[in-house]
Parts: sequence; C-alpha cells; structure tokens
Amino acid sequence: MTALAALFVRDIRIAVRVGGGAMIGVLFFLTIVALMPFAIGPDLALLQRIGPAILWIGALLASLLALDRLLTADLEDGSLDLLLMGGTPLELAVAAKALAHWLTTGLPLVIATPVFALFLNLDLTATAAVAGTLFVGTPALTFIGLIGAGLTVTLRRGGILLSVLVLPLAIPVLIFGVAASNAAIVGPLPFGTPFLILCALTLVSLVVGPFAAALALRQGQD
Amino acid sequence: MNLGPHAAFILLSYGAAILILAVLIAWIWLSHRALKRTLAALEERGVTRRSDERRKYR
Amino acid sequence: MALIDLANPSRFLSFVDRVLPWLTGATALAFAVGLNQVYLAPDDYQQGATVKIMFIHVPSAWLAMFGWTVMSVAALGTLVWRHPLADVAAKAAAPIGAAFTLLCLITGSLWGRPMWGTYWVWDARLTSVFVLFLMYLGVIALWRTIEDPSRAARVAAILTLVGAINIPIIKYSVEFWNTLHQPASVMRLDGPTIHASILIPLLVMAAAFTLLFVTLHFAAMRNEILRRRVRTMQLMQAQAAPGS
Repeated sequence: MTALAALFVRDIRIAVRVGGGAMIGVLFFLTIVALMPFAIGPDLALLQRIGPAILWIGALLASLLALDRLLTADLEDGSLDLLLMGGTPLELAVAAKALAHWLTTGLPLVIATPVFALFLNLDLTATAAVAGTLFVGTPALTFIGLIGAGLTVTLRRGGILLSVLVLPLAIPVLIFGVAASNAAIVGPLPFGTPFLILCALTLVSLVVGPFAAALALRQGQD
Repeated sequence: MNLGPHAAFILLSYGAAILILAVLIAWIWLSHRALKRTLAALEERGVTRRSDERRKYR
Repeated sequence: MALIDLANPSRFLSFVDRVLPWLTGATALAFAVGLNQVYLAPDDYQQGATVKIMFIHVPSAWLAMFGWTVMSVAALGTLVWRHPLADVAAKAAAPIGAAFTLLCLITGSLWGRPMWGTYWVWDARLTSVFVLFLMYLGVIALWRTIEDPSRAARVAAILTLVGAINIPIIKYSVEFWNTLHQPASVMRLDGPTIHASILIPLLVMAAAFTLLFVTLHFAAMRNEILRRRVRTMQLMQAQAAPGS
C-alpha cells in the first residue's frame, strides 16, 4: 500500500470510529432543516419554494462545521509534522486528506438529502436536482475549506476565523448550486448551464485547494 | 448651488466621506505620534536594536 | 538614490519622510481642483444633482479594487522574495482598502435611496463590493490573530492571493445571480454615453483619491516599520531585564 493510500484509509478509519464525528455533520444538517419551519412558519408552499436554498445553506454550514477537525487533530498528535517532512508531496497528502474528509462528512450529507427533502415537500425532480448539485458542489466546499483549514490550523481559536475566511470564497458555489437546483424545478434556465459552471468551480477548487493549503502549511510552520 | 430634492443624501454622502477619511487620517497620524514617543522613551532608557549597536559604542 | 535602496527599511523611512510632505501637498491640490470641478459640474438630465454622489462613489470603488491589487503584489513579494518591506506594505494597505470599500458601500446605498427607493438593493455591483468588504475584514482579522509578524505576513499573503483568484469568480457569479433575480438595473454608469462635463471631474476626483491612498499607504507603512522597531526593542528590553 502506498503512503497516500495508507493516509487515506487512516483518515477514514479515524473519522468513522467512536469519537470521529463523521455523522455529527448530518445531525447538524437535520437540525438546521428542522429549525427552518419554526423560523418561517409551516407554510408548505413557501418551504417548497425555498427548499433547495435551505438544503444548500444547511449543507454549507454542516461542511463548514466539520472543517475544524480536518487538520487540527494531525497538528495535535504531531502527524502533520511527519507529513511536512515526509517524502510524499504535501499537495497530494492534503488532497488525500480532504478526499477522505469529504467521503466521511460531505457524502453523508448528499445521501441524507432525499430524506430531508421530504420535510420540505420537494417533489422527485427537485430532490434529484438538489442531491445532484450537492454531490457535485460539496467537494468544492471541502476543498475551499481546506485552504482555510491550512491557514488557521496553528491558531488557538481558529474555528470562527476559519468560517469568516472561507464563507466569502464559497459564495460562487452556493450561487450556482442553488441556481442549478432552481433551474431544474421552475427556472427558465436549462439545468445544464449553471450545473456545468458548478462542475467547473469544483474542478478549479480541486486544483487550487491542495496547492494553497500545502503552501499555507509550509509557510505557517515555525 | 441647487442640489435638488435629494440634497440631504448628497450632503450625507459627502459627510460620510469626510468622516471616514478623517478617522483614517487621524488614526494614522495619532499612531505615528504615539510610536515616535514610545521609540524616544525606549531609546532614552538605553534600549537599542542590534543594528544600532555601532552607535552605542561610539 | 536607486530604487533598490528603498528595500532597506531605514532608507525607506527617510525616503517617506522626504516624500510625504510633497505627496500631502499634491493630494490637497488635487482635491481642491477636483472639488471645484465637482461644484461646477452640471446636473445629470435623469438623476439630477444626485449624480454628485458618483464623484466619490466611483473613485472609492476603484480604490477598493486597487487596494486588493496592492496587497496581492505585496503578497507575491512576501512569498517569493520573503521581503519584510512587502509584509509591511501588505499589512498597511488592508485597513485603508477596507475604509474605501466601506465608503463605497455607504455612498452607494445613499445614492440608491433616491434612485431605487431603498437604501439597499442586492444589485450585482453593490453585492460584490460587499463581499470584497467581508474579505478585507477577514484579512485584517487574520493579521490581528497571528502574533509573529513574519508568519502573519506569509499566511495573510496566501489568503490575499486566493482572494485575488476568487474576486473575478465572485464578481461573475454575483452578476449571473443578479440577472436571475432582478432583470433590469436602474443605475447605469458604464457605456460610452457618459458626457465629458461629468467625466473630467470624475477623473480628477479619481486621481485625487488615488493620491490620497498612496499618501496614506506610505504613512501607514512608516507606522508599521516603527511599530516593528518598538516590538523588537521591547523584546530586547524584556530579555535584558534582570531575573530572566
């Protein structure tokens, strides 16, 4: 097994074991979706109309919440230093970590989306559209968040700062994710246009994220 | 000069510009004075930076 | 004096000391000319006298973007050449850029009240400036969180460059989002239709604002260098103190 695969498997194992917290994100997501009707009233028509937006905001906040543990635990137990000194390129190492992180926090959100869509009275097309856009969009959220995690990992109270730094960068993903979902449900726009732009954003973040995060980790040490 | 029906908004914008820029200028100027004073006080107490040590032993 | 000599902080300090009075004078002169031009400028046939707000709104919008550009260039200097003066330039530019961004937002919303009937419209341009303001605040927060100045500079530089990549993407996305939700924009400045009687005062004001930015940036850089000296001296004093 290569070093990268070992790192990947290790991260997934840590996330799914007791105390790993892979499912807390989904729980948080559920709580946000459950809170919305209390805030705006149990009007099913209104909930249906803004359902995609609620689901996207919930997923955005849930994946943001989980970012804190993306690199912090490795800093605390010293394995981050090993990654920095090891022979594996740091860019690939953080990319493997982010991928494992997405599989354990992002993907459960996507899988849970059809269930939560029921609460918001979304029909089959809308549910499929939201789940599809989340499937494509949440990797972008994780990889953009990876930059913020790399920047703030050595700070004592980095959690809130991380959110403040990452959220503005995630605005385009949110815009095109919700736009593509709405385009599939009501919109005059064809679904493909915003969806393809969302895919492009994800691909860009897959490239920029690991490089910027690796640079931040190297520069931030000393 | 006749500013028309929306004179209040025009004056408010210019007022906001003056206020923000005045605060910015005052902040930079006052911190400059405070820094100068701190530096002078430190030098008086004989604290020097490494690059100033030549001056000290002269 | 060659340009390379300015890289030495002490030389830079004496350069700023020499140049700053001239820059201040030039800024004051440019503002005198610009404000006189603004006073004489005719009213717009559609917007009436409210067009006068444009003479501060548009230059601040320009400086909001210029400030980030300065920070990005300085960030390259920090990461590529590890130059302390680049750190200083990046740190000094952030609050000034944020102030002009805030001014742009305030004047934009004061302009919007007579034009749109509300103080805030989620117009594409205003919204992207708002996001830019949030990003300025993020960079300032990052600067203020990390104690060691050179590490703070490197971390902030990476955020600045990531932001520089993202700003065009955000601008484009916000415009796309805006066309979805709001078909027609009320405020139109761009296009070749702008008349010379408005354009010339606008350009003079833009030049005056830019001079002000440069002056303030130099002064803030001088402050930052002095602040670092104070920090070093206080550290040395603490080291030399008995009982340590």
